Amino acid sequence: MGELAVILFWPALAGYSEAAVAYLGDTFRPGRLVRWATWGVRLGWLAQTALLLAQAAHADGFPWGTWAGSLNLFVWMCVGVYLVWGCRAPFRLLGLAVMPLAALLLALAWAAGGAGEPARSEFGDVFLAFHVGLVLAGFAGFTVAAGLALLYLWQERRLKRRSPRVLRLRAPSLETLDGLTGRTIAVALPALTLGIGVGLGRLEVDGGGFDATMAVTLLTWVVYAAFLVLRYEAGWRGRRTAYLALAGFALVVLVRLALTPFGHF
Amino acid sequence: MRLVLVGTSYQKAPVELRELLAYDRALRREALERLSADGSESAVLSTCNRTEAYLAAPDEGEAEERIYAELAALSGLSESELAPALYTLTDQAAALHLFRVAAGLDSMVPGEAQILGQVREAYGGAREAATAGPILHRLFRQALRVGKRVRTETAIGENPASVSSAAAELAERVFDDLAGKRILLIGAGKTADLTAANLISRGVGEIVVANRSPERAQALARRFNGRAVGLDRLEEELGNADVVVASTSSQGYVVSAAQAARALRKRRGRPVFFIDIAVPRDLDPAINELEGCYLYDIDDLDRVVAESVAGRREEAVRAESIVSLEADDFRAWQLSLDVVPAIASLRARAEAIRRAELERAAGRLGSLSPSQRRAVESLTAQIVAKLLHQPTVRMKEAAAAADGVLYADAVRHLFALGDDADSPGKPRK
Repeated sequence: MGELAVILFWPALAGYSEAAVAYLGDTFRPGRLVRWATWGVRLGWLAQTALLLAQAAHADGFPWGTWAGSLNLFVWMCVGVYLVWGCRAPFRLLGLAVMPLAALLLALAWAAGGAGEPARSEFGDVFLAFHVGLVLAGFAGFTVAAGLALLYLWQERRLKRRSPRVLRLRAPSLETLDGLTGRTIAVALPALTLGIGVGLGRLEVDGGGFDATMAVTLLTWVVYAAFLVLRYEAGWRGRRTAYLALAGFALVVLVRLALTPFGHF
Repeated sequence: MRLVLVGTSYQKAPVELRELLAYDRALRREALERLSADGSESAVLSTCNRTEAYLAAPDEGEAEERIYAELAALSGLSESELAPALYTLTDQAAALHLFRVAAGLDSMVPGEAQILGQVREAYGGAREAATAGPILHRLFRQALRVGKRVRTETAIGENPASVSSAAAELAERVFDDLAGKRILLIGAGKTADLTAANLISRGVGEIVVANRSPERAQALARRFNGRAVGLDRLEEELGNADVVVASTSSQGYVVSAAQAARALRKRRGRPVFFIDIAVPRDLDPAINELEGCYLYDIDDLDRVVAESVAGRREEAVRAESIVSLEADDFRAWQLSLDVVPAIASLRARAEAIRRAELERAAGRLGSLSPSQRRAVESLTAQIVAKLLHQPTVRMKEAAAAADGVLYADAVRHLFALGDDADSPGKPRK
């Protein structure tokens, strides 16, 4: 597994890194590098998919139960969600937010041992597959929503400042970004809800303590639920919902990077 | 066969002269029939900014004279009066020019899209009149391809080149699709008219015209199939409008920030795009400070247009290199026409000899089985093909280096080949 992991990990990291650099270059000279960026994302994601499949084939149980392993899976989900829009011209700028983060987190997952030989988890496979998979899918959606919110704020600022270069870069409209942020969160939140539900169910059956990771995850759920209520019921739009999506993402970062390394998954 | 272009454009001739040199469809058809009366190939490109006649004929000087005479007859001016306003280009330079035209590089605004359709229309006219032959077919098809390629591979046509289109594109940065959106026009001036026309072309849903003079408001509303309201209902209409275009001659602000803020409350956070093209301004600049409001005045729009035209010029540098490569390609093809007839004659002669020799030997080969006969056929054909391969390659190389005619003459002389009248490089009968 070790050699195979190396063979698959580095192309994935190279693809994501190349895409990040190409997206950055594309902001200076639009149109030239974007094809390289898109292919970097696609090839990197395929390599990472192969890596995950290899891990699954070699694992004795659920292979991504550790923090580093789940980070690996999380990156794959984020890039997968991004790929849905990433190939469409107006959304390419989103790659500027998502791809450097993906490359960084994948490198971190590798350094922490999550992209190599899978570790055996102390929890049951079915529980882990549902709990980790659903929570990470929710978090991946929130990450892409945060990218969309960032893109909204950047585009909104350019329009407000009446920059003469405002039309030089192709970017989605404010209305599209606002709507997509809302829809992405509307899809991600049910995944997180189910993931939390499975986790709480296990807690009920097996017992166990309520830790900081769980508390912040629940707080994250509250923030995104508030987002949906305010967005669709109270008529919040634009800058306010973008900030709220970013606030929720700050909690996702806290859970994934600050708290989970010291707890489970 | 030479390719000759004689024409004029906005760079050489004022509009008064260009008007005299403009062809409509019927006039163009007649001109094409006259220009191609001797079998030459001809095409005419006539737009508001240029008139150009393309002629593929054996003699360059004679072709130029015929186009001059044609343009003089059309305009009613003498050839000497026309001469300072006309340019003449031949062969590669003519092809390069048409490719630049099709790519929008010779337009007033680099990359403008309309010209590609006009080049297609000129080609269609020549095809309809049956005056396009191999050279002009190749030239115009390649020009259309170059026009598309330049627009695909560069961003030359991507940004707006007028205030009205810049306003519409900015509105599309706020609302993805203008279909179904409501536009409120405050004032019924000419610029508002242009901006509204541009927005309508992008599919806006409803237009409301608010003006001090109800008659003018009604007239403009009728034109755009919208409705007219008085200025007293302005605040009510503001709450329903997605895009507001203001262009009155009022000396003060027609819409204050407080009015806009009140109207915005009705919109439940949906944004509004304000375009102020009036001088003095109609819209309070503080409107831009309100959340969900985006206000562009005429200076802002002018700056966006200037920047985007500058961007098009930057892209034009890349486009020029594409066009130049394509012109080289056309030149190589055109030169190859010098040797194609000689190559065709040489191959035909060799094939005729091979067949004749096989027939002469038929008696001696009579005992061969069908498969043995096919083997002999194949063997002799291969010998001929291999023998002629190298001379063919060398002649094409010589053609690319402009020595094709010399080589073609030498081959004709050495192998006693006649002239090939049906070759693409010869005038059509």
